[in-house]
Amino acid sequence: MMENDKRSYVTPGDVITTGTYRADQNVICQNNKIISTVVGISEIYDNNVKVIPLAGIYMPKVNDIIIGKVISHTSLSWELDINSCYSGFLPAHDVFGRDFSAHADELSSKLAIGDVVTAKIANFDKNRDPLITIADKELGKINSGELVEISPSKVPRLIGKHGTMIQTIESITHASIIIGQNGRLIVSCKSPNLLSKTINAIKMIETQSHVADLTDKVKYKLESEGD
Amino acid sequence: MGGAKTDIILLNESDIRCDGRKIDELRKIIIKAGVLQNANGSSYIEFGNNKILVGVFGPRDVHPKHLANTNTGILRCRYHMSPFSVDERKNPAPSRREIEISKVIKEALEPSVILKKFPRTVVDIFIEVLQADGGSRCAALNAASVALADAGIPMRDLVSACAAGKIANSIVLDVNNEEDQFGQADMPVGYMPNLEKITLIQLDGILTHNEYATCIDVAIQGCKTIYQIQKKALIDKFFQGDIK
Repeated sequence: MMENDKRSYVTPGDVITTGTYRADQNVICQNNKIISTVVGISEIYDNNVKVIPLAGIYMPKVNDIIIGKVISHTSLSWELDINSCYSGFLPAHDVFGRDFSAHADELSSKLAIGDVVTAKIANFDKNRDPLITIADKELGKINSGELVEISPSKVPRLIGKHGTMIQTIESITHASIIIGQNGRLIVSCKSPNLLSKTINAIKMIETQSHVADLTDKVKYKLESEGD
Repeated sequence: MGGAKTDIILLNESDIRCDGRKIDELRKIIIKAGVLQNANGSSYIEFGNNKILVGVFGPRDVHPKHLANTNTGILRCRYHMSPFSVDERKNPAPSRREIEISKVIKEALEPSVILKKFPRTVVDIFIEVLQADGGSRCAALNAASVALADAGIPMRDLVSACAAGKIANSIVLDVNNEEDQFGQADMPVGYMPNLEKITLIQLDGILTHNEYATCIDVAIQGCKTIYQIQKKALIDKFFQGDIK
């Protein structure tokens, strides 16, 4: 049971509210009724209604930070598995710069198949696969850390309101966590103990994402476990 | 269908049917969501003696590529009966009947799913009938719609389905195998309960106008009951039954 009466659990077809509201994410408006289209948690704020989904795949959005795996390359571009129904397209000149030459430069010298990269969605429309860039600071190949996969729909819950959840974990376990919006995370810790503790906390958030006061529960769990 | 001769008493003097149900009573229904690890969404339904497993994949890449639509995602559906699902071994190759049911289930779900957001992709529904009884298309449709919701595919509403029919000159809810074979009419109805829209209607047999109207009303009442069971299956999976 949620104590805040503006939030509630919904399934597809449930009428969340009626009246003049603006339909935000995962809802449709029909005859003045706001109807949920997915299983999730509905939220009414200001004049908007949205549903935070609890299942579903990752849909690329421009400017999202994602973590991808290189699956193949041609002489001009890499193809990245971005945990979505589309594969990411990373052009060679993004990595080599403007003087890239298909004859002189060998793509596998920079990124080989199986490499993991943090990247950003540069462009995406319905006709082409998402265009990816790693030309920004803090983007690029990842050399160390543990790759953890969670359901992409649970990523907002892991971050929490204004990042509270992730900050709680990071401050207690001194871990550094890179979050990809596509449900992949890179966790680095000082010790294996702290690493497994962090991963357990992340998995707990994934399985109990619908529970209220989860931040406090995670905090309590992490603090009670000790080092 | 068409009232073949039989020794079975379909409806006795006190309006009790051959399997002990009243005329407006559904068979026992159990639905579970999220029963398979490797599919994106899944569900299992027991609808009387029907046992059906549904797996949903997608949205994912379309193969063969020429089927892809740049404006919207597409829906594909395969209804398949296991060789051991009926009395005598069934050839596992798709029969005329299975191809028809695949098509009607796909068309019954299409008004509900919103695939505009997933251009160039496909959502695949695989329906496996493990044990067949009458009304397996309705049972399969119920399970498929729960599996789609479990996969997180946006839907306008869940699709609930239930048959109504005519046996021994009375309109009854949820026709079973014997009633389907020896009764006078069988009408499966797919219905979106919140939007109050019908997505599937088929009729095998002959009904008068009045009987037809009663049949629809009875079937829709059945769908509304089934909707609650579908909803409960999803709540049990996602919120461990914790809902106001």
